Amino acid sequence: MKVDRKQVEYVAELARIELDEEEKAIYSDQLSTILAFFDRLEEVDTKDVPPTSHVLDLVNALRPDDIRTSLSVDEGLKNAPDRKKRFFRVPRILD
Amino acid sequence: MIQRKVGYMQLYEQSIHSLHALLSSRQVSSEEVIRAVLERIKVHNPLFNAFITIDEEQALAQAREADQRLAKGKDVGPLCGVPVAIKDNMITNGIKTTCASRMLSEFIPPYDSTVVAKLRQAGAVLIGKTNMDEFAMGSSNEHSFFGPCRNPYNDAYVTGGSSGGSACAIAADMTITALGSDTGGSIRQPASYCGVVGMKPTYGRVSRFGLVAFASSLDQIGPITKDVTDCSLMLQVICGYDPRDSTSAQLPIPDFTAFLSDDIAGMRIGIPKEYFIEGLDPEVEEAVRQGIRYLEQQGAEPVEISLPHTAYTIAAYYLIATAEASSNLARYDGVKYGYRSQGTYDNLRLMYTQTRAEGFGAEVKRRIMLGTYALSSGYYDAYYRKAQQVRTLIRQDFLDAFNKCDVIVTPTVPGPAPRIGEKLGDPLQMYLLDIFTTSTNLAGLPGLSLPCGYTQNGLPIGMQILGKPFDEGIVLKAAYAVEQKSLAIRRKPGV
Repeated sequence: MKVDRKQVEYVAELARIELDEEEKAIYSDQLSTILAFFDRLEEVDTKDVPPTSHVLDLVNALRPDDIRTSLSVDEGLKNAPDRKKRFFRVPRILD
Repeated sequence: MIQRKVGYMQLYEQSIHSLHALLSSRQVSSEEVIRAVLERIKVHNPLFNAFITIDEEQALAQAREADQRLAKGKDVGPLCGVPVAIKDNMITNGIKTTCASRMLSEFIPPYDSTVVAKLRQAGAVLIGKTNMDEFAMGSSNEHSFFGPCRNPYNDAYVTGGSSGGSACAIAADMTITALGSDTGGSIRQPASYCGVVGMKPTYGRVSRFGLVAFASSLDQIGPITKDVTDCSLMLQVICGYDPRDSTSAQLPIPDFTAFLSDDIAGMRIGIPKEYFIEGLDPEVEEAVRQGIRYLEQQGAEPVEISLPHTAYTIAAYYLIATAEASSNLARYDGVKYGYRSQGTYDNLRLMYTQTRAEGFGAEVKRRIMLGTYALSSGYYDAYYRKAQQVRTLIRQDFLDAFNKCDVIVTPTVPGPAPRIGEKLGDPLQMYLLDIFTTSTNLAGLPGLSLPCGYTQNGLPIGMQILGKPFDEGIVLKAAYAVEQKSLAIRRKPGV
């Protein structure tokens, strides 16, 4: 499976990572090599084999909806790169 | 500072159990031990780079608290007053937790992970946070924003990864005990390269609350220690159900140290033929076979077993791990915490893409790209779903094999530690080093690595012991039996 430059750009866009030209070339090569190796999975007959998303015998974990203490707003905002009063601050969303 | 020796050993050379005897009988104080270890770190960390953060003041304050507990003699467990190093992906209240990433290089968590809270409660003293591959993605500890970690047995070689700092700190006596995390071998592989003991418990045995997520269906926290007894003592303290981690298991917890005896007569040792193949370093094979002979000498019975889907492990693992990583790491957006690009952007989208471009290193980006690709429309079935189906088959291989044996013994890694830089240019070659460790995580089993020999060049070799789900006790028992026979050949690094 050859991952060309256009596909690299598309995937980077989905992943919200800006890549420079050099990175695009490297990742195109490396992803192609790695995915070619992954293609060996095609040899395995998986007809009627259910997928495993995790190994636990567990479907759901429920708990009573009790009120408990949580972090204060100040503690929650302490690591924010930018804040205004009680809020996270970000650049504008709409053009 | 003059280091105080007790008997023939320096304080920093002690194990948890030997130190506990000294502390509880008041022959030494925790403060003395902490000062000895901090001094040791000061001398050796500049070269080996095992620690990212060291908090002397907090450590000494905790040591004095532990000394008060020890003086009263009440509520004094084996970890009371003992220094512990924590891999820097487990959050620590008020102490920087970086994941060895620029993205979190200034992050100070406002609460403790469950394992850290449990260690504090047991009186353990947090001396620092250890180096790792960024976000636990790597097999060499070279992918760290803070630089590579160096192997105490030879500083031109890697420590392995991703818990390289914790393994290095144990090997070089810069701590008494440590925690690592293991998603595809990140505890066992550096333990093997650094000649120490490391265990990945069963998926669900230890709470991951406060462990920075990499691949949530695979991640597990475990001990990295100087010997098997210490490993049992650590596991005892950190394991158990936690309502804040819904994947932690509500199962009874055995007394793990009660398993430690060399009475292993009749234990069936599964030896998977697919793990002793071409490409396995001959020195590694010989050392592991010697480890198996130690078990046989004590009455264990080797049984040949087959794990037929072994050749597909790396592909299935790297598809699942990167897919989960791409989803987990979506949270690093420069908004709530962590790094934000200072570049010129005038909208939110560019802030995201530039923040992530600058905040993540090359390997993390590569894995996010791979995972995003595998999950993207049109490829999901061919890659991600297929990998999950193969995971079912790999797990079934193990469950079938365990009908014929009690534990499985393999090499931990196909070869000894590579040189720093040797595999860095070829990501696939680096991934292939995980061939013997990733299957354990896919199947959710407990696995332990312990030293079983050394190469001609003096690098450590590890053997891996795997058990049935939640059967850590038997794994520890087999490991203890090997350790008793191999103590005579154990070598310390010349540090």
